[in-house]
Amino acid sequence: MSAADLSIGGARAALDAGDLSAVELADAVLDRASATEAQLHAYLLIDHEGARAAAVAADEAIAAGTAGPLTGIPIALKDNMVTEGVETTCASQILAGWEPPYDGTAVAKLKQSGAVIVGKTNLDEFAMGSSTENSAFGTSRNPWDTDRVPGGSSGGSAVSVAVGSALGAFGSDTGGSIRQPAALTGTVGFKPTYGLVSRYGLIAFASSLDQIGPFARDVDDALTLFEAVAGHDPMDSTSWDGAVPDARPTLDAGPEGLRVGVVEEMNGEGADPQVLARYREVLSALESAGATLVDVSMPSIAHPVSTYYLIAPAEASANLARFDGIRYGHRADGETVEELMARTRGEGFGPEVIRRILLGTYALSAGYYDAFYGQAQKVRTLAIQDFERAYEQVDVIAAPTSPTTAFKIGERSENPLAMYLSDVFTIPSNLSGHPAISVPAGTDDAGLPIGFQLLAPALGEPVLFRAAKAVESLMGVSARPRLEEVAG
Amino acid sequence: MIVESASGRWEPVIGIEVHVELETKSKMFCGCTVDTEAEPNTNVCPVCLALPGALPVINERAIEWIARIGLALGCTVTPDTVFSRKNYFYADIPKGYQISQFDLPVCADGHLDIEVDGVASRVGIERAHMEEDTAKSQHAGDGGRIHTATSTLVDFNRAGVPLVEIVSRPDMHTGAQARAYAQALRQVVLALDVSDAKLEEGSMRFDANVSVRPEGEPELGTKVEVKNMNSFRSLERAVDHEISRQIAHIESGGTVIQETRHWDEADGRTHGMRTKEGSSDYRYFTEPDLPPMHLDEDWVAPIRAALPELPEARAARYRQMGLEAGAADVLAPASPRARELFESAVGAGGDPRQVANWLVQDVTAWLRKADTDLEATPLSAGHLVELGRLVDDGKLSSSAAVMVLGHVLAGDGAPAGVAEANDLIQISDAGALESAIDEIIAANPEEWERYVGGEQKLTGFFVGQVMRVTQGKADPKLVSQILRDKA
Ligand SMILES: [Zn+2]
Repeated sequence: MSAADLSIGGARAALDAGDLSAVELADAVLDRASATEAQLHAYLLIDHEGARAAAVAADEAIAAGTAGPLTGIPIALKDNMVTEGVETTCASQILAGWEPPYDGTAVAKLKQSGAVIVGKTNLDEFAMGSSTENSAFGTSRNPWDTDRVPGGSSGGSAVSVAVGSALGAFGSDTGGSIRQPAALTGTVGFKPTYGLVSRYGLIAFASSLDQIGPFARDVDDALTLFEAVAGHDPMDSTSWDGAVPDARPTLDAGPEGLRVGVVEEMNGEGADPQVLARYREVLSALESAGATLVDVSMPSIAHPVSTYYLIAPAEASANLARFDGIRYGHRADGETVEELMARTRGEGFGPEVIRRILLGTYALSAGYYDAFYGQAQKVRTLAIQDFERAYEQVDVIAAPTSPTTAFKIGERSENPLAMYLSDVFTIPSNLSGHPAISVPAGTDDAGLPIGFQLLAPALGEPVLFRAAKAVESLMGVSARPRLEEVAG
Repeated sequence: MIVESASGRWEPVIGIEVHVELETKSKMFCGCTVDTEAEPNTNVCPVCLALPGALPVINERAIEWIARIGLALGCTVTPDTVFSRKNYFYADIPKGYQISQFDLPVCADGHLDIEVDGVASRVGIERAHMEEDTAKSQHAGDGGRIHTATSTLVDFNRAGVPLVEIVSRPDMHTGAQARAYAQALRQVVLALDVSDAKLEEGSMRFDANVSVRPEGEPELGTKVEVKNMNSFRSLERAVDHEISRQIAHIESGGTVIQETRHWDEADGRTHGMRTKEGSSDYRYFTEPDLPPMHLDEDWVAPIRAALPELPEARAARYRQMGLEAGAADVLAPASPRARELFESAVGAGGDPRQVANWLVQDVTAWLRKADTDLEATPLSAGHLVELGRLVDDGKLSSSAAVMVLGHVLAGDGAPAGVAEANDLIQISDAGALESAIDEIIAANPEEWERYVGGEQKLTGFFVGQVMRVTQGKADPKLVSQILRDKA
């Protein structure tokens, strides 16, 4: 077994025991990347030099006894996280070649913790999509079946963790962009409570929905990664200024006594029968292990996709206005400033990004605002109230993560609506700002991973991780994709 | 208020929008220094350059300062207020939107009292909201004009500087009122010490919304926004010109269209800009990167309590102390040192009118001529009191007092000493002069006879004699007066 197949916890133990050096670990991971990238294209950029330098520094820290939980651990970052001096593109032509002059807060914390940043992973352009097919630099492929998508938008991060070209990774989740690819690649993907991880240095898609979170091979690792980046940041005014809830003490408390909500409007209707069957199987297992299943109704989340596709594009239409060719990134020529900006944007943005900018611009326009954006915000408020009522009766809510397993490349790319429906079970927690996690729950008949999703109230990370760990214990840690099929 | 023209009587209606840059240490949403005169693009960071991933953080000092302005204008502070994004593309707008406020401005519903030619009126303040300034574009190429420019340079030092927009209600009707309003507002801002409010440097800028309607018509006419006025005088001229232009345009069968017009100082006219106006839709929505602000009474109270006395209230107080309106209006917004001298001198027994007149007229004139500041002179309240006493005691004529004041300002010493040293103490004791005059009459009976007989030119002879006897220290006017009385 290669060191690249270790969990973070396993690698930590080996590093601290001196059985493995951070340089050896980094090399193993970089070797794995070399072997798999041609097929999978998880990365947009691999920072060989930076990774080796960080590994050398990590070995020194370990020798000096100053290592922390992530010292020497190879981590991948979604390429919408700003990294000083390392090209950051959001998988968009408009930012091709841009080397940021600063680190985002989460990135800075990871560097501080001694993590080894392997590189920047592929995504749907500006995190808009559910497959990575909207990347301007090529689609990532699912290691379980390379004809299929890995999910998205954080598909590259999911793939890197699934195949060992990183031990852990970070992505961003605006409507399911961490949880859905985690489900489709057999990894753990966690979206924290809005505000627990600073968004400073996360290139904004939809500010009120975006949240950085980890991908990992198991629940323990996901918590470790989350702990490394969580906490108040004065640079992000929407950051939670209280203490980060500590999920460690109750992590292994097990399922007994947990009240698990089964939501009428999120019970898997419309999902693939095998996904549904697996979802029910996990629920039964939880019940058998001492959890109580409680039926709840949340009528306001019946149409999460339409609410989301007004709010997210509206915010995006403004967030992406700064890409005008004046200060950085791609610039087209123009006779006037207006022409320069219009051409820059027309050339620099891909079709899905343009579609969402237009959608958002329309939703905010005078005369339409009340009917669209205003209405969507009202529904959002109602959805939050529904969640709060539900959490009076239950500790966590269970739902499938994705209605289907990984779909074929190209299968949905001509049908935006079908693509948008990939996120029907994940969007509600973005609208509410609540934490949610996807844990592997076996595979379908074709051997494709299925995810099981758990949701908790705001700052409910302790009970969420406890429930996730319980599911993991009942269902087992996901198998790994067979490398011989993806290694070149 | 009403303009009479060939076709009838028109009522112009004017509202003013004023932008004031706050002189806080740092910008509105980042830690960059506020210094728009620095080398271009030196006070910038990821936030004010709108680099991808950067986020704004509210400068709380700026919020305090806009509340100060609002409270001074009698506004209500909105207890729950939010920032909004105002979306439009321009090279000066790094984010592609300006963080501003829409339906919940920090301050609303105030007023400012103005006076033009002795007629007082009250101008309503609709709102004062917080926003960020834009960058500055410089069009390089022929003549720096936008349509001949070959390239545009952008300086982001100004991007993100705290900017307060104060919107008046359409309560003004003449250029003079518009000017008085802008001047009064500037005095308030200066008194609050929140901005240098320099018109020529653009730290205070105003736009006028001008419309006209037939007298008695309840509906407002179509308004035209007039921009580019860089002085109070040009504001007044621009508004008056625009009023005449609109009336003439309507009279010649035209219709006023909603547009933005630029004032041209050189030709004294407003010029329409090629614009696609009227359809501007800023697609405002609540800024998701900034939490709502709660500005409750607990927050407002200390700011209200710490407000300084405003020029308007101070002028009223000065008038009550006996100052003429003119002197009160000049002294009330004057430099803190001038006011301090005035108030201390009066407190120590000085005559308010006398002290005020010296400060407003003679000291100001001297300082202008010497090209220096009051702070650079040794003039003290004690000096002013002493000078007043010398005048009251008749030891100094009013013109001699002004000369003494000049010496004191120049650092030659205290008034009494200066007056002595320069031999300026006058004999204005009528009794003392009278005996001297009697002696001279007795010595020159013939001349006296002719003077009494109406030979006016002999006045000079007698005054000259008295001056000779008193060695020039007699008050000549008083001497003539006594001579007339005796004749
Ligand atoms: Zn800045």
